[in-house]
Amino acid sequence: MSHSEHHTERNSLAYSIEKNVEVYTQKCYQCGKCSAGCPVAEDMDFPPSMIMRLLQTEDLANDDKILRSHSIWLCVTCEMCLSRCPMEIDIPSMMDYLRQRSRSEKKVNKKAKNIIAFHKAFLNSIKYTGRLFELGLILDYKRQSLNLMQDVALAPKMISRGKLHFIPFIIKGKNQMARIFKKTSN
Amino acid sequence: MKTGIYPGCSLTGSARDYNESVFAIAEAFGLEFIQIPDWNCCGATAAHNLNKELSLALPARILAIAEKNGLDEIIVPCAACYSRLVVTQHELKKDPELKNRICEVIEMDYRGTSVILNVIEWIDKYIVPKLEEKIVKPFNYKVACYYGCLLVRPNKILNYDRVEDPQTLDVVMSKLGATAIDYPYKTECCGAGLSISRTDIVSKLSGKIIEDAEHRGADAIVVACPMCHSNLDMRRPDINKYWDTEFKIPVIFVTQAIGLAIGLSPQKVGLRRHFVEVKIS
Repeated sequence: MSHSEHHTERNSLAYSIEKNVEVYTQKCYQCGKCSAGCPVAEDMDFPPSMIMRLLQTEDLANDDKILRSHSIWLCVTCEMCLSRCPMEIDIPSMMDYLRQRSRSEKKVNKKAKNIIAFHKAFLNSIKYTGRLFELGLILDYKRQSLNLMQDVALAPKMISRGKLHFIPFIIKGKNQMARIFKKTSN
Repeated sequence: MKTGIYPGCSLTGSARDYNESVFAIAEAFGLEFIQIPDWNCCGATAAHNLNKELSLALPARILAIAEKNGLDEIIVPCAACYSRLVVTQHELKKDPELKNRICEVIEMDYRGTSVILNVIEWIDKYIVPKLEEKIVKPFNYKVACYYGCLLVRPNKILNYDRVEDPQTLDVVMSKLGATAIDYPYKTECCGAGLSISRTDIVSKLSGKIIEDAEHRGADAIVVACPMCHSNLDMRRPDINKYWDTEFKIPVIFVTQAIGLAIGLSPQKVGLRRHFVEVKIS
């Protein structure tokens, strides 16, 4: 059965994925190449091919499992799965969509707390200055993750090599940046 | 033809060594480029993980400024920024409605006309033709060329090199006098943006990349991405702890190797800033 003949259930996650990122989960025939090549598959609760299979069931309980999974946050967007998929299914774009859905439905896996804390600290850093302020990012991440002692040995070594700045660089278009963040806030 | 450069955030901080080597070889080869005025961060992994629209708007602002300043060509030394810029250009070309929406967000016109070059494309175009006459100290080492993810993937969009066992970096290194070894980890992921939030995963993945290069007798790993470099070099103490060993192989940028081969000092190309000692010169 090709995806064009299949009518995806309207209330399923697979249907939203089709509508939002034009990825057709029914095309997957479970060859497993994505999971074989995925660098983080062994750390995941569901490797990529299993996520595809769960989506194909169009079962709401399975959809819920995916949005609550650790996997979607461990995905590093290395794009290996897409490059090796015989059906050219854009799993990385689908993962971006699943992460945003997981957050908007407040189903974020607890184990992903630090990964999200890092992404948030990163965006906070560029929101006000326009460019990444690495020291600020590290401090904000520590505040959000409460991993206060992490990488304390690294900072002095970075400083002695001239790799860490103490003052952020602020771009002239910082107000424009603030508006970009505001207009795209979801 | 006016050429611009988008350094990206890492090159102003943790990858200063990369920046120094890019500028040093550009000067040595008499190449000029204009820094994109008032550039902003491309949004990196964080933006596309949390907010799709933002992940397109940030690179679009950079590209729009480049266009406004008549920069027909932009060099992007960071493989991660390169990927974000090219992917944005592709997405906005594919969907005019989305393009209009993004133009509204950034309050600027955007046409998508600039040609985006990664560092190896820049080297191939401007440096390789004049390389032979400039080499004073052939780079006689065995090297493992590590491309990482974002220089070659998503391959259907980037359209650069072949996706399995790419060759462009190997070819540049052989032109310098190096022997590029067969290396199956060329495009395996180093763990990228998980460096701080999941250092354990980065240590595991980066350790495999390093172990195989050492095992095959390489004298150095050559990279073209500041994120790969920081994971393989700056994270070396974590990697050695995770694998309970003492990996010693240095990690150098392709631009540093070129600098050394044309007689620039290790200091001039930023080698003194590395964490893992580079005994190559």
